[in-house]
Amino acid sequence: MANRNFEQLQQDLHPPLSRHEASVESDRCYFCFDAPCVTACPTGIDIPLFIRQIGTDNPKGSARTIFNENILGGMCARVCPTETLCEQACVRNTAEDNPVRIGELQRYSTDHLMATGEQPFKRAAVTGKKVAVVGAGPAGLACAHRLAMYGHDVDIYDANEKAGGLNEYGIAAYKTVDEFAQAEVEYILGIGGITLKQNQILGADISLSGLKNDYDAVFVGIGLGAVNSLGVDGEDEEGVVDAVDFISQLRQCEDYATLDVAKRTVVIGGGMTAVDAAVQTKMLGGEEVTLVYRRGEERMNASQFEQDLAKVNGVVLRTWLQPLRILSNDGAVSGVEFAKMSVVDGVYGPSGETVTLPCERVLSAIGQAFDNADDAVQLALENGRISVNHERQTSDEKVWAGGDCIAGGEDLTVAAVQDGKLAAESIHTALKG
Amino acid sequence: MADLSSEFLGIKSPNPFWLASAPPTDKELNVVRAFEAGWGGVVWKTLGEDPNIVNVNGPRYGAIHSSDRTLIGLNNIELITDRPLQINLDEITRVKRNWPDRAVVVSLMVPCEEQNWKDILKKVEDTGADGVELNFGCPHGMSERGMGAAVGQVPEYIQMVAQWCKQHTHMPVIVKLTPNITDIRAPARAAKEGGADAVSLINTISSIISVNLETMSPEPSIDGWGSHGGYCGPAVKPIALNMVAEIARDSDTAGIPISGIGGVTTWRDAAEFLALGASNVQVCTAAMTYGFRIIEELTQGLSNWMDESGYKSVNDIVGKATPNVKDWQNLNLNYISKAVIDQDLCIQCGRCHIVCEDTSHQAITSIVDGKRKFEVIDEECVGCNLCVSVCPVENCISMEQMTSGVDPRTNVPISSEYANWTTHPNNPSAQR
Repeated sequence: MANRNFEQLQQDLHPPLSRHEASVESDRCYFCFDAPCVTACPTGIDIPLFIRQIGTDNPKGSARTIFNENILGGMCARVCPTETLCEQACVRNTAEDNPVRIGELQRYSTDHLMATGEQPFKRAAVTGKKVAVVGAGPAGLACAHRLAMYGHDVDIYDANEKAGGLNEYGIAAYKTVDEFAQAEVEYILGIGGITLKQNQILGADISLSGLKNDYDAVFVGIGLGAVNSLGVDGEDEEGVVDAVDFISQLRQCEDYATLDVAKRTVVIGGGMTAVDAAVQTKMLGGEEVTLVYRRGEERMNASQFEQDLAKVNGVVLRTWLQPLRILSNDGAVSGVEFAKMSVVDGVYGPSGETVTLPCERVLSAIGQAFDNADDAVQLALENGRISVNHERQTSDEKVWAGGDCIAGGEDLTVAAVQDGKLAAESIHTALKG
Repeated sequence: MADLSSEFLGIKSPNPFWLASAPPTDKELNVVRAFEAGWGGVVWKTLGEDPNIVNVNGPRYGAIHSSDRTLIGLNNIELITDRPLQINLDEITRVKRNWPDRAVVVSLMVPCEEQNWKDILKKVEDTGADGVELNFGCPHGMSERGMGAAVGQVPEYIQMVAQWCKQHTHMPVIVKLTPNITDIRAPARAAKEGGADAVSLINTISSIISVNLETMSPEPSIDGWGSHGGYCGPAVKPIALNMVAEIARDSDTAGIPISGIGGVTTWRDAAEFLALGASNVQVCTAAMTYGFRIIEELTQGLSNWMDESGYKSVNDIVGKATPNVKDWQNLNLNYISKAVIDQDLCIQCGRCHIVCEDTSHQAITSIVDGKRKFEVIDEECVGCNLCVSVCPVENCISMEQMTSGVDPRTNVPISSEYANWTTHPNNPSAQR
């Protein structure tokens, strides 16, 4: 196996900023009026203020500013596609095409406070109200933390062994090294008043109606449990693996050497999961990794930074190819046949040509879907996901929802955090009466 | 190529850049390194009487930095030379002999008695030095002993000591002035009255650079205590420029040669001092920040600018801006300007808006037709230049003069006539 690079899997994509680097970088912030970066941040962090606090050597105050809007500010500093969010809005782009490194500065402050073990906020007096949160991903954690802060008691039910949701199971290792996802969960729970109940599957171990009976309010943040199917012949072959499962397996793996990596891998998809899967396959020692997307690069959900990251790591990017069928040989995957796609007169369709990419493994990363198999979630849906109002309240006045499982969910950690936060505010208002 | 050679009180140097009396000129070794690097002259670090004074044995300097630790201001509690007098005199003799084309001026500070000054002047004369600079400026340490700023703050003392010195030496006498006074013109007039050939300014400004908030000791800290020091570096340049201009345009002192000191870091700083009336400049902090090699930038930069601007010699620049420095009451109140924002250059940071809105005249929009846009409201703009000052983009906002029509803020027609406060109707003592 060539080019195994396990160290890289456990190395920060961006090494943490030193105090001096942070100071110099903070000085680049113009402290804009009604700053565009704040508008661009789904959680609305007061970015100019937290950067100014770094510049004045007040990283703890800076971290509080961040956590006040986004208690998962530490993870967001690592995984946010800042180049399409806050940093894209930075006015320095206009001036010099070089935004303030907001994400790295955010990590500097949040790391600083978390390292001290100090909590940013104290709980209010206990209210006696109880809230159930289903799902310990970013949305659920954010919701639980804010409710706990207001003095409510929260039980979080999660289907997995570990809390954290996609932060723990669905993001590339190099984005969250040193078990950061678990450290963050512990930090968030450190406020008190939150009890974590693992291995509790909605629809099997717990039910929405039961929770409604037992609690004053319920928040649902269960993410997307199902994966979209490729819809082509041969996708049931053994060598065809869902990219989310692959990443999850890798993240939970004790010894990377035990992971099975094919000589040639084709990753199908155009989002961050596709890039995470492709790059990690390369680092694990995959010789040829090809990331295939059905349209042009500009339409990919993965940002330019992510695409470049893939290329730098030796992933070959192929575009305008849509899978036709998985080829196999004696029950083993041998390749994927693609139709060449094009847009003619504004209409997207096959050009008539086909391309075959030989491979021993296919990673499917064409998105996930809301899983309501056993009708476990008896709430109004919209486009196949839970319908909510602007306060993230569902059709059931006792139930709120957020994260990827709601209609309009953006498949972003930071957006999920905002959902959880907004829902908590709404629940708090409702519980206050 | 512009002629950078300089003559100050008959003292010739290849360029107008001297190193000020300070640590860089304390020893032959340093001075020779400076001359090798290209400096035009030095004012030797202040000599005193034996027994030589002593310095603290802990930190002498404190600094103010930018975020990237660019040094903006420096303060020090170092005293005059702490080496025996004869060693300095021997070295000065040798340096002047070996570097005849460079200016070697000797700074002096002795107790305020005629005999003391007479004695030391004789000794300096024997070195072959080009002149003396009387240190009436140091704000720290020596002033507690009745020297330095303690003399410089009393015009009568300045005049008296200057007279003694002129009487007891044929060398040119420069009086170095302290800025730690209320009106710089008084000590300058006293120096002139005493017969001094020139003044040099500014010396350092009394300062506490910072407080260590853990130990509660002022910095630099000596065993937990601190003492005020002298402030210098880029931060003090505006103060020095003003004082140079005040002396250059004062009818009592106009024409007295001035050696400009205070935060000179670049050729541009030097050109500004010259334009306001200094005949040469002295540099210290910039050299202490970057080393002597900055002289290359200083001379080349000044030379380039002179070539481009058509100045043939340093003297062509001296005092060029002095006539334009006026008392406020003489400024033209009929000059109307308005800020104009170049929308193509604007990066939308909005700082012009918020500072105008919060702290000034509510004359810049934040939203136009529902969109983020920063535009000047001429009806409110007083032309104050704050927006220009805070804008992070060079030349994005400019002040443009209105030459015709009506000022939309005051509804007063624009007049091309000059009118100032002395004749303004609101001035109770206007000359009508």
